[in-house]
Amino acid sequence: MINSVHKKINSIVFSIFSPKQIIDSVSAKIVTPELYDREGYPVDGGLMDLRLGVIDPGLRCKTCNQKLKECPGHFGYIELARPVIHIKFVRQILDLLRSTCRSCGRVLIPDEKVKRYVSMLNKISDDEDAEERRKKVKEIISKYKAKDKCPHCNSKQEKIKIEKPYNYYEGDVRLSPIEVRARLEKVHEEDLVIFGFSSSNFRPEWMIITIMQIPPVTMRPSITLESGERSEDDLTHKLGDIVRINQRLFENINAGAPEVIIEDLWDLLQYHITTFFDNEVSQLPPARHRGGQPLKTLTERIKSKEGRIRHNLAGKRTDFSARTVISPDPLIGLNEVGVPQSMAMHLTVPERVTEWNKEYLRKKIENGPKKYPGANYVIKSDGRRKTITDETKEEILGELEEGYVVDRHLVDGDIALFNRQPSLHRMSMMCHIVKVLPGKTFRLNPAVCNPYNADFDGDEMNLHIPQNEEARAEAKILMLVETQIISPRYGLSVVGCIHDAITGNYLLTKELVFTRNEAADLLYGCGVEDLSSLPDKDRIDGKEVFSVLLPNDFNFVGKDKSGNQVKIVNGLLKSGLMDKSNLGQESGLMLRNIFEKYGPAYTADILGKISKLGIAVLARRGFSIGIGDLDLQNEVSEEISAIVKKAETEAHKLIDSFYAGNLEALPGRTIAETLELRILEALNRARNKSGDVAIRQTKESSALTMAKCGSRGNPLNIAQMTAVVGQQALRGKRIEAGFNGRTLSYFKKGDLSPKARGFIKNNFKSGLTPNEFFFGAMTGRDALMDTALRTPKSGYLYRRLSNAMQDLKVAYDGSVRDASGRVVQFTYGEDNLDVSKTKNGVIDVKEIIQQTIGEKK
Amino acid sequence: MAFDVTKHTLVSKHLKVSDTEKESVFKQYNINSKDLPKILKDDIAIAHLNLKVGDLVKIERVSKTAGIAVYYRVIIEG
Repeated sequence: MINSVHKKINSIVFSIFSPKQIIDSVSAKIVTPELYDREGYPVDGGLMDLRLGVIDPGLRCKTCNQKLKECPGHFGYIELARPVIHIKFVRQILDLLRSTCRSCGRVLIPDEKVKRYVSMLNKISDDEDAEERRKKVKEIISKYKAKDKCPHCNSKQEKIKIEKPYNYYEGDVRLSPIEVRARLEKVHEEDLVIFGFSSSNFRPEWMIITIMQIPPVTMRPSITLESGERSEDDLTHKLGDIVRINQRLFENINAGAPEVIIEDLWDLLQYHITTFFDNEVSQLPPARHRGGQPLKTLTERIKSKEGRIRHNLAGKRTDFSARTVISPDPLIGLNEVGVPQSMAMHLTVPERVTEWNKEYLRKKIENGPKKYPGANYVIKSDGRRKTITDETKEEILGELEEGYVVDRHLVDGDIALFNRQPSLHRMSMMCHIVKVLPGKTFRLNPAVCNPYNADFDGDEMNLHIPQNEEARAEAKILMLVETQIISPRYGLSVVGCIHDAITGNYLLTKELVFTRNEAADLLYGCGVEDLSSLPDKDRIDGKEVFSVLLPNDFNFVGKDKSGNQVKIVNGLLKSGLMDKSNLGQESGLMLRNIFEKYGPAYTADILGKISKLGIAVLARRGFSIGIGDLDLQNEVSEEISAIVKKAETEAHKLIDSFYAGNLEALPGRTIAETLELRILEALNRARNKSGDVAIRQTKESSALTMAKCGSRGNPLNIAQMTAVVGQQALRGKRIEAGFNGRTLSYFKKGDLSPKARGFIKNNFKSGLTPNEFFFGAMTGRDALMDTALRTPKSGYLYRRLSNAMQDLKVAYDGSVRDASGRVVQFTYGEDNLDVSKTKNGVIDVKEIIQQTIGEKK
Repeated sequence: MAFDVTKHTLVSKHLKVSDTEKESVFKQYNINSKDLPKILKDDIAIAHLNLKVGDLVKIERVSKTAGIAVYYRVIIEG
């Protein structure tokens, strides 16, 4: 479509084709059901008539003289021997028949009321919308159908019934489509407004088909099988049936055949035309292929999930995209994505040949499609595309000139969009820099797992390659990973160090000391080339090593995970440890402050270096856990079992006093509830206490280190492994149900003691008793079910919210408006704050003042 | 005796907006009454204000972050 017409659409009118309009707009009349003659050439006046458009390459359309892909196709028509009801208008026709007079054709509403209704309807469509008007129309129609006397000509009205799907009866007499059409012809133009039809350009009798439009061949192309056989589209099959029956009907009428035969053929024609429009009409057997599979006709093409709208219009597919499993690579940059070479050879980037890149692109063409880095296609100045193969290579190289476009392979440094479903927030699709790597998976830096919510248990992700400068610029400026570091939800960094990187930096800043050589080696290994800020002494402690990464003018005061002050003065870490609350994702202001002061690129860079440093330190120091990490000294174990025993006796005392009747009820509780609560409280207290003891007394171990710095595990996990697993709870209560009056058959009925109600006094290291294990399995299963049921529920909830709010935006005056400019909030979020420009949702005025004054002097 | 909801801590303060103030709100946001959020005429929170359809109600909400947040609603037929 090179000669496209540019015009502005002012309005759109929906209407029905009149027979005359059809004939005027049509380019061929179809008279024969035959498709091709003996030479395989389309028959004139057949369904594949060349005037209806071209589907064969090389042929030209007889109507517009254009080639395949240029000719849009043209409609044809057939003249039906007898009129037929259009299945999609059955409802409307019934409404019209019922509420208009059978003799004078007027609507069954008195004149004076007609006017009132019309003005009322106009008012509704002005004030409200078309939807309200339609409702009102429905209301009016249902009020006036089945009046038994015409207010205009006083003639008696019969009751019109419908026999699904398309037979109308007046009383017991069937109305043929001819009669129906005659009735509709009588309906007055001014009355049509009542029914919701616009009076100009529309007549109700057009809802009965007399002239049928034949869709162009371009929308029902036949496919040629490998055997050379032609296979026609479902629509063509259906149209063939229609034309054939129509011919026979004509012949029989002309020959003066008996009425019964004509009636039968007429019915058959009605059936075929009905199924042509909709093959899923209830009460009608669907038309089938020889194999028995139903034909896919017009309605089925459009509707439902696989239909044109949801599948092809709303669900577009795209070229230059790829999908595969993801795996981690902590050594590539935060904003990089590792792309398998095999993919890089199929994903291409168009590059225009210029004076300056001619040689470079020439080399790519020489490499061809099979040798990386090569090129797959060349687009010539006239827009024609040529595949690069061993045969065409020489020719293309010979003619290559400025203005040609080469589709070259993806190379390092190209721009790509990387995405993981479900795309719930804007960080679900970010721009990455391509790095072509061996292997078959996408590689990403584990630090960006969090915004994508990805892990490596088999997750797959998608990659898209922007194809022009504008798209690349937009992606790079707006969507590059580092520009997305600060979350618009809570104003903190969404990326940060994880796992080993945190542990490494924690140990580094806590206890490690290096020689100068070791320190230099470590730093150089994670990309630091300027070691001038490394202190000039033999023993360099970890804090000093870490400080080398920090910019010299960076100042920061914060807290680490254990609550100690972290102080950075002029880029030197003076006190505090680098743990999760400073390096981790979604926590701490250190990364936030670096981002604010030094910008996106610098933050991504320093984050990468910190990560690598942590991992390198950990690799050098060595780090592993084992069962020995969970060892407790004997005294500690005894202390813990004493605490547990004490709690159990306390619980038993409570139970005894409950049975003795001298347990005092808490306000608003029954005595039984009080007992439960107090037992639960006593047991939880014991668990927490023994957990604390265990944590305090466990020797320094790797497991504890990880829990302390926040890289993996928490104190509770350790307590459960070393001390006591604790009370298992179902729906917030101790375990109750199971057998009649008891949890397991092992216990006595009515046993309220801790061990009979799911208290696990063992720890994971010592091992659980069978009863305890069963209680653990009960809560475990409950938790599993809970997550399995909650995920889709909250997903749908989120979807509804995001769909409802998708076009709200903050206007220039600070108010939140919807698409039509209606106010939703007068000040954005009540406080006019852009969260992504705050620190965890607050603006620290004090700090801003300090900074401003401090810098002035 | 009916419970007075306007005395409840969770019910924000609803105030009558004078005609001049109404004009200035319209001008400030460059809107007219159909662009505003609505409130039913018989809403209990504004029953004591004796307002008519088309009037504006100013709602002063206590906000955790902003102190008092101002909101406007236009009264519609109940």
